[in-house]
This record gives sequence, structure tokens and C-alpha cells, in this order.
Amino acid sequence: MMQFMLLFSRQGKLRLQKWYVAHPDKLKKKITRELITTVLARKPKMCSFLEWKDVKVVYKRYASLYFCCAMEQEDNELLTLELIHRYVELLDKYFGSVCELDIIFNFEKAYFILDELVLGGELQETSKKNVLKAIAAQDLLQEEETVDEALRDVGLL
Amino acid sequence: MPAVRGDGMRGLAVFISDIRNCKSKEAEIKRINKELANIRSKFKGDKTLDGYQKKKYVCKLLFIFLLGHDIDFGHMEAVNLLSSNKYSEKQIGYLFISVLVNTNSDLIKLIIQSIKNDLQSRNPIHVNLALQCIANIGSKEMAEAFGTEIPKLLVSGDTMDVVKQSAALCLLRLFRKSPEIIPGGEWTSRIIHLLNDPHMGVVTAATSLIDALVKKNPDEYKGCVTLAVARLSRIVTASYTDLQDYTYYFVPAPWLSVKLLRLLQNYTPPSEEPGVRGRLSECLETIFNKAQEPPKSKKVQHSNAKNAVLFEAISLIIHNDSEPNLLVRACNQLGQFLSNRETNLRYLALESMCHLATSEFSHEAVKKHQEVVILSMKMEKDVSVRQQAVDLLYAMCDKTNAEEIVQEMLAYLETADYSIREEMVLKVAILAEKYATDFTWYVDVILNLIRIAGDYVSEEVWYRVIQIVINREEVQAYAAKTVFEALQAPTCHENMVKVGGYILGEFGNLIAGDTRSSPQVQFELLHSKYHLCSAATRALLLSTYIKLVNLFPEIKNRVQEVFRADSNLRSADVELQQRASEYLQLSIVASSDVLATVLEEMPAFPERESSILAVLKKKKPGRIPDDVRESKSPQPSATPAPIMNNSNNTSSVSTDLLGLTTPPGTTSNTTGNGLLDVLGDLYTAPKVSPTTVQQNNIKKFLFKNNGVLFENDLIQIGVKSEFRQNLGRIGLFYGNKTQFPIHNVHPELIWTDLHKLNVQMKPMEPVLEAGAQIQQMLTAECIEDFADAPNMSVSFVYNNAPQKISMKLPLTLNKFFEPTEMNGESFFARWKNLGGEQQRAQKIFKAQGSIDITATRTKLAGFGMQLLDGIDPNPDNFVCAGIVHTRLQQVGCLMRLEPNKQAQMFRLTVRSSKETVSQEVCDLLADQF
Repeated sequence: MMQFMLLFSRQGKLRLQKWYVAHPDKLKKKITRELITTVLARKPKMCSFLEWKDVKVVYKRYASLYFCCAMEQEDNELLTLELIHRYVELLDKYFGSVCELDIIFNFEKAYFILDELVLGGELQETSKKNVLKAIAAQDLLQEEETVDEALRDVGLL
Repeated sequence: MPAVRGDGMRGLAVFISDIRNCKSKEAEIKRINKELANIRSKFKGDKTLDGYQKKKYVCKLLFIFLLGHDIDFGHMEAVNLLSSNKYSEKQIGYLFISVLVNTNSDLIKLIIQSIKNDLQSRNPIHVNLALQCIANIGSKEMAEAFGTEIPKLLVSGDTMDVVKQSAALCLLRLFRKSPEIIPGGEWTSRIIHLLNDPHMGVVTAATSLIDALVKKNPDEYKGCVTLAVARLSRIVTASYTDLQDYTYYFVPAPWLSVKLLRLLQNYTPPSEEPGVRGRLSECLETIFNKAQEPPKSKKVQHSNAKNAVLFEAISLIIHNDSEPNLLVRACNQLGQFLSNRETNLRYLALESMCHLATSEFSHEAVKKHQEVVILSMKMEKDVSVRQQAVDLLYAMCDKTNAEEIVQEMLAYLETADYSIREEMVLKVAILAEKYATDFTWYVDVILNLIRIAGDYVSEEVWYRVIQIVINREEVQAYAAKTVFEALQAPTCHENMVKVGGYILGEFGNLIAGDTRSSPQVQFELLHSKYHLCSAATRALLLSTYIKLVNLFPEIKNRVQEVFRADSNLRSADVELQQRASEYLQLSIVASSDVLATVLEEMPAFPERESSILAVLKKKKPGRIPDDVRESKSPQPSATPAPIMNNSNNTSSVSTDLLGLTTPPGTTSNTTGNGLLDVLGDLYTAPKVSPTTVQQNNIKKFLFKNNGVLFENDLIQIGVKSEFRQNLGRIGLFYGNKTQFPIHNVHPELIWTDLHKLNVQMKPMEPVLEAGAQIQQMLTAECIEDFADAPNMSVSFVYNNAPQKISMKLPLTLNKFFEPTEMNGESFFARWKNLGGEQQRAQKIFKAQGSIDITATRTKLAGFGMQLLDGIDPNPDNFVCAGIVHTRLQQVGCLMRLEPNKQAQMFRLTVRSSKETVSQEVCDLLADQF
């Protein structure tokens, strides 16, 4: 089971955090701070896995962003790496060559996409097509609401 | 500013841009505070906020939270959004709640209500939103609320696939919170049969759930094995086009495959059903075969996914540990990975091989890769990979390769990373002991360890070498010769001096025939190191010297000279002083017969398991392979004979080595007080077995300075203390409650924070006559704030039985308080100033009995702060102020204790200009009322 996922920039700025275990805020902040420092200190050719405290950390850098997952001991490291990749692919497909700015400005979307992929720390749906379909359905609902609103505003509904 | 998708909230985008444009951290904080104030006023005042605005502000709060700021409002507005009929608003509400999980019970009820409503919705997207919320933040309360609904949703034929997926993981979350929610009976088979679901997404989600259920109740869910094997078989034999979107870079359903392989690791190999077992073997074979096929893509995703399945299959093979050919095949496959270009693969291969090395079937196969693994240990760029290589070498070591592996590890130790040295030392020490056929080799290895990495050689390691030398006669002369040679190095590690001192004291006579190591030379060599050593080592050396006097009467005068030296006889260290004076007297008074009896060679240590192993296990729980190989295979040739037969000794590891913690010479202390006394007691005094008494109730001394610190049938220890500014004087009164004298009373301070609180103990008489009381003075100086209180132990001998008491001294931070008077206005002004997170500490705790105002007042008055009356608007609350005096600084400290009579609870808040002070004062006072 995934315990948490962090997205942060090369400068150490946190861009997204998702926790699947309940920790007090103070502890979360401490873990985040320490883990970011640890990962940023590692050199590019080093192994992507890290025994850190009682979790197994799997991380990968995409352009300026680090994606970092904390897993339990028995979880499969290589597939966690590919889970990160799948998430990046989904973001990329949704935003169209995603960059850090997209995630900053649309962090809520990044969360919604993650929720379709991973739920409660467990993988929910690995099919790219199915995740994007779910997100598209959400967007459609939103758009309908926006149109309704506009129509109501001009008195047409 | 990039385009904003969906229904874009312009205000939010503008705000994010603003923050990004801030030139400094200060500007950013200012902008955020402005926004927070704005949102707060909107939420407070504007009753006409529409859903869109609420959504926008809640989103802004979320963003501010992501930047690392605390958000303490807006929860209610977020909960309001949940009941909006607009999806986009609802979604943001749920997001806020799942990111800023809130334990406020009032809100949880509202949230649960909203989730209930959404679960009833006919729109599956709404249902999913509610399910996702439960899956992400589900609690016991939610388990109660939804425990019956969700299982139904999961197995119902009408439920859409996407909803089923969420429901499975939702149920998993709730099951983890309260395991009783899973209905048994017919549900079991319905849940298991989700493994047959045509929708791969449903199977993936359900497998996680089933895995958790199986862990809890393997027998009940045993039926899943057959289904899981069948499903796995269909996947691994599928071509990559069969599974369409569930194929990931030409690998069919890697996630599901791994989950199924993991699920099967909960069971032993399915032996009752040969068909299933055969089918599983076929699957595993197929996975190996595919690994050998040329890659279908050059992308790393392809090889990662393929190898992820392979590694999981190998895990299952290792878990089953029943198919020799598969185990060997796995080993060969991993061997190929050892020289792969990808660091990740090398890391995982080393880790996985570590497990293979513990199987009797594959141990030999793993050993073939020894050279590559040694290279990995030496050459890998990443320390975590080197660490794996060390682990593997440790696991693959046996009698045949031990010398080489230990040699390589020793060589590597000279340049090894500091972070892994200590562990490597332990490993080398264990391997050397375990596989030694020739104990001279063992002695050499340990001395080399001390030479190369002396700082990392823990007590357990050098204790152990002494135990072994003492127990094995054939190695004693060699050990004496070797330590003698090692000590001749111009600089040698203190641990070497300890081992050398001990061994020469016992067996120096075995090499004294050689003029190059004559008694004088031995003694002078040891003594040349004396002045560079710590007090503990010197104490050990003093015992060695008296032992040498027994072995070699010809150096008696020289040794007595050393005992007489002011630096020993009048040493500031009580232990050294005592040893020097007692050993001196012993050497003067005792006849050679008495000397020979008292200073006899140490008896053999009881045979027991090496305590080093325990240390290593503690350092790395779960990573030290238990000797599966040994317990499983009774082949005597492959199993190394343990040096020490540990079959008949069950003494716990913590008591291990006690023989050594009392230095050899102390046995003679008793004789110093006269053997007759001891014998006399034996016949008249009541029998008391040796005991160690733990702990006294220190907490009551928080509020007073005088009282009885410790009392049992033999002894009473009272205390009187006074404090001024940062200084304290403490008198301890030892009273003998018995009819007989108590000997060797030896109080000892156990306190590592001397740089924070310096405590000095004045020496005292070692004998406590019957019914008498003696006093010992202690002084304390608070240098900076400290936590907890010093421990002390008092050891003594009563009726020939050693006794030991340990207790805490009543020296807590609050003793250095000076009460401070102030009026309400200045109190609250300071209170506000000290509101930062680094300054305050708070605890809420239950009252010990019913809340007693007078008793609380008395306690607080004794605590050391000034109790300030009539300044808190609530007359029930207690507020106090004081200054902690330390040598380095004075720290003002405010305290507020709020009783809640109805709930029988207290809330305690402490604020001061120093975080550690607030924390300590809060810790001291919590639970005291």
C-alpha cells in the first residue's frame, strides 16, 4: 500500500501531496521536509529506491519535477516506478505535454486524476483509456453546469 | 499564466500568479495573509456567497495549504459544498476534506451525511466521488456508517464496473480501520469470485481487498488460490494484444500479475491440488521464458514492467521454497542482472539474491556469483547498492567461503562509508565467530576489526572476543601473543587497550617466557597507554595490574608504585581511587596464597548465543535472514557447528555479558572488607537474593523538595534539597534499616546531559552500619534547559548478596524556576507575544480523580512558578509565571491550566521564548492533576 505521494520541484517546493495514512500535520511536514532534502541530495545515476525510516521510497525525476512515493516493505519497487510513469502519462495526455506550471495552476485536476488512478493507497485503474474517460466525464458534467449557469444568467433557462 | 482547463476559476489563477510573482518569501507571506484575511471576512460576513465563490475560496485555501501554511478555517464551507447539486462544487468540497483531513467530530457527522446522500445518487460519478472520499479518509466512524452498504454495492449485479472498483478499495480501507465489517458466510465466495470478473480494473481493485482479507483469515479465503492461479495463467499466456489497454508497454497486465503473485505468497504451495500446483509452475516457467526473449521495446518502461513481474515471481518461488529447479533458475536470472546497466536492477537483484541465499536449494547457486558481488561492494557508486552487496555477502557466507568473504569485508571496511561501518563490523564479527574452524583466525579478525574500525567496534564485539578466548584454552597463548604485538603499535585504539589489558591480565604468563615479552615489558607496554585512556579503561587496567602482581611477583614493587601515584590514589574519579587503594592494600596485606585465590583466572563464561547477533537484529529488524537454511536442512556438512553450544542457555540477551560489566577485580572488593564479616552475616542475617529495584516515584518531587526518595526492606534514601537561581544543593540520606551493616555502598550517577545539567556527587563512606544513617551531598548547576531528570544507581552488598537500586534524582527543570509576579495586562501581552508554534506546547489530559481545586493550587504552588490569581477571565483557570534560570540564559515561561469539570479533563498550555522549555514544562506537568 502506498503511504503517501509527494510532487516537488528541483528547488524543493512542494507541488502536490497526497497522504493515505493519517499522520498529524506536524509529522507530515517533518516527513516532507526531510524526504525532500534526502531525495534532492541524491545523484542522477543513483538507484531510484531508498530504504528510508520504515518505508521504501521510490522516486523519479521528470524535467523539473520529482515524483516520490512511499511504499510498504513488500510492495514492488519497479512497478511503483511505472505507476509514477503512468501518472505522468495521464497528466501529459490531459494537459498536452504537461509542465510544472500546469500542475501548479491546476492542482485540483492533478488530484482528481490521481484519485482515479490510486485510491486509498491502492492501485484502482491501470488503463489509461479508462482513467481519461472518467476525467472526461467529470469535465463534461462541469461544462454542462457552466452552460446551464450561463443560460440561466441570460434568462434562457 | 497557462490556460486553465475545465470551468477555470479566474480568481484562483490570478492569486496563484500573484504568489509566483512575489519576489521574496516575506512578500509571499504578506500576500497570503492578505488573502486569508479576505477569505475569512467573506466567509464570516457575506451570507450571500454563492457556490462558485465558496468553491473558489476553498480552492485558494487548498493552494495556501499546499504552500505549507496551516489552514484553520474553511472546513465548514467545504462541507457545505458537499451538498451542492453542482458536481464541480461538490468535487472541490470532497477534495478539501480529503486533503485536510479533519478530526472535528461535528463535521464528520455532516460529512457522513453528505456521503450518504451521494451514495444514493443515480449518477455513478456522484457515487464514485463519495466512495473515493471514504477510500481516502475512511475512519472507524465511517466503517460503522457504511459497513453494510458498501459490501452490497461491491457484489451487486447492477453496480457499474467503475463503482465496483471504488467500492472494493473503499471496503479495503474500512476493513483496515475495523476488521469486523466484512460479512462472512456466503459473502466470502462472492468476494473471491471477483477474481473472475471480466473487467480487469475490477479484478485489480478486488485483488488488493482479497489480499488484506486473506492476511486476516487465510483459511476462510483459501478458495482464492485456484482462481488466482487461473487468472494469472490467462494473463501470462496472453499475447500483448489480447488485453488491450491493460497491456503496458507490451507487458500484459503487469499490475494485476504482481498483485496475484503477491496474493499467492500468503499461502504455502497448493499441494492438495496437483493440478493447481502444476499450473502455477507453468506460469512461473512462462515468466522466466519471457524474461529471456528479446525485448519488444527499447523503452525502460517495457523492461521495468517485465522485470517487476519477474521479481515478484521470484519472491513467490523463494516463499514456496519447494522447487529446486525454479530456485536455481531464479538465481541464474538474477546473476545476469548483477551486471546490468540499470542501477535499479542491480539493487533489486542483490536484494532478491539475499533471500535466495537462505534457501538450501539455491545457496550453492548464489555462491557462484561471489566475485561479482564482492566487486559490487567495492565498486558501486551508490551506497545503498553497496549496502545490499554487503547484506548478500553476509547471507551467502558459509564455511567454505568465510575466510575469503571476511577478508574482503575487512579490506573494504578501511574505505567503507561511515553510514554502514558499524553494521559491517557486527557482520564481520558474527561471520568470523560462526565459521571459525581455527580460533587463531577468529582472534586475528577481531583484532583487525579493532585496528581498522575501532570506533565502530561496540562493547558487545570486544566482550565477545574475551569470552571466547577465556572459554577456549587452545587459543589463549596465541591471543596473548597477538594482543601483545598489536599493542606495540605507536597508536592503538582504546578498544585494543581494553582487550589487551584483559587478556594479558589473564594469560600474560603464557608468553612471559620470551624475554621480548617478559613481565616487565608487558606491564610497561600496557602502562604506556594508561594515561591516554578514559577512566573506564584505566579502571580495567588497574585490575589487570593487580592480576599481573599475582602472575609475576617480581613486578610487585613497580605496580605498587603505580597504585600509589597521586593520579590514582587521589584520583578525582571515585572508582579509580577506590580500586587503586584497595588493590594497593591487597598487594601489601595478602599472602601469596590469598592473592592467588582472589585473583584466580576467570572461570569460563556460560555458553550462550552471541549477543552481537541480537544487536544486529535490533539494528535491522527483518533484514537479517534467520538461518532458514540451517533449520530446514539437517545436512551436518553444510551447517557450521556453533562455537558455543547455546542449547541449554535461555538467559535473555539483555543479561548477557553481565560477567564482563563487572570488571574482574571487583570480586576482590568484598575481601577488602574482611571475609569474616561476610561469612558472619551468612549465618545470622535473613537471606536476601540479589535484586535490582527499578524506579521510584519521581513525579511527586515535582512539587516538593524534601521526602523519601526510595525505600525497601533494607534501605531508605531520603532527600532534602534547596535551589537558588541556577544552582542546587541536594542532600541524600542513606539509612540502613537492618540489624547488619551494608557494605560497598556505591552510588553512581547515570546522566549523559552533563553539559546541560552538571551534577557533582561528593564521595561517601562505603559502609553503612546497622541502623545508621549517612549523608551524601550533591551539587547541581543548570547550564541550559534539559529534559527529564538524571538517573542514579546505588549498588551495595548486603548479606553477601549484591543489590542494586536505580532511581531518578528529583532534579527536574522546574527546580530552577524563579516565581514572577505580574498583572493581568502584562501577562496577556506576553502570552500573545509568545503565540508562535515554536514557543508553545499544549497537552490535554484526563484528571486523575475528580478535579480538586485546592489540591491543584497546592501542587502548582510547589512547582516553582508564581500562581497568579484573578487575572484569567475564567476564575476556574490557573495561570502561572516564572523564569527558568540557566547559566546560559534566562527563559521566561507562562503557563495556563484550564480544568473542564464536566469532562474531567485538563488543558495545559505552556508558552516560553524557547521551544524546548515549553515542551519540557508541559511534559512535566501533564497528567499530574
